[in-house]
Amino acid sequence: MADSEVETKQRKSVAFSEGSVIMDTNGQVTDAPPAEQPAGGSLKKKKSSKKSKTEGDDEEAPAVDGEFDPTALKRKKKSSSKSKKADASDFDAKLAEAGIAEDAGEEQPEELPEGDLEAGTGIWAHDATQAIPYSLLVNRFFSLIESHHPDLLSSGAKSYKIPPPQCLREGNRRTIFANIADICKRMKRSEEHCTQFLFAELGTSGSVDGSRRLVIKGRFQQKGIESVLRRYIVEYVTCKTCRSPDTELNKGENRLYFVTCNSCGSRRSVAAIKTGFRSQIGRRKRVG
Amino acid sequence: MSIENLKTFDPFAEADEDTGETKQSQNYIHIRIQQRNGRKTLTTVQGLPKKFDQKKILKVIKKKFACNGTIVTDTEMGEVIQLQGDQRKDVQEFLTDKDGLELDAKTIKVHGF
Repeated sequence: MADSEVETKQRKSVAFSEGSVIMDTNGQVTDAPPAEQPAGGSLKKKKSSKKSKTEGDDEEAPAVDGEFDPTALKRKKKSSSKSKKADASDFDAKLAEAGIAEDAGEEQPEELPEGDLEAGTGIWAHDATQAIPYSLLVNRFFSLIESHHPDLLSSGAKSYKIPPPQCLREGNRRTIFANIADICKRMKRSEEHCTQFLFAELGTSGSVDGSRRLVIKGRFQQKGIESVLRRYIVEYVTCKTCRSPDTELNKGENRLYFVTCNSCGSRRSVAAIKTGFRSQIGRRKRVG
Repeated sequence: MSIENLKTFDPFAEADEDTGETKQSQNYIHIRIQQRNGRKTLTTVQGLPKKFDQKKILKVIKKKFACNGTIVTDTEMGEVIQLQGDQRKDVQEFLTDKDGLELDAKTIKVHGF
């Protein structure tokens, strides 16, 4: 029983490589790997110790093969299946070869935990000639990125965060945008520019109160202001080429506003804020 | 067979065309909303192409969206369609729809919250 357990473990490590090899060389169907696995397992068992058992396994292996791929097997596995179907003597010779290859394959996963990624020992040693499996490489990639550039992974895609706008209702028809100073500081934009945009988009007017909060005329919900703010960021904060929010807004020549990106160096002009057409609500009130 | 590289190329011709195109594309149609007293609002549509008859458009819109509206002539903006209520989505759909004006969605800018 112990043997069989060992065998299964070993098989796991080896079977993949063998199966894949077969697949590649023959360019054949998926039946190949499962058929190969028992063979690989039997090979290993022989190599490890027991010869009496191996013979029994040998008989089984071809049978299994026959079940799996009745037609293509002979062509497919000329290289490897020979070992199964040949005599015991042939087997031993083949086993020696295959065993060596398998041992090399087995050693890898055993050694891997030993190798220290940071110290560069084991499989990570500079002169190590073993092929490093993909999963290990990926692990190394992410651990290195995490240790060296912690903000790369977290802020990789789009997580440019500003605090949500805090909206209070003052009286019945005025809204207070409380944390505009904080938000503008995060965006590195002047409050005037931001308020100008807000007023133009919302089609209202307003003022700044004593504690630098913005008082907007009209009822607005946080959701609405947030969406306007988002539009402001897309228009005037993020760089269009590299999407970095690390930009500056400057007045260039001819009173045009220019956004200069600090991370990629691109410079583009942005549209001036226009209020557009305002219908005559106010005037009518004054008239009437 | 003509050799593409050796064709005479007027660098300014294309630039002129480009500016023309950008001018055209910069003629955005702005759809805005304005708050009135209470929860009443106004929707304004500004910058519709001149080839359309604003009166007819207004008539269709009024019927379709069940709202009243007028055409306001502004000194700077020209003719602006003004509708009662928040019709921004309706108007945008109408402008881009096949049974509407079939305009390019990129030329339409919706403002407001």
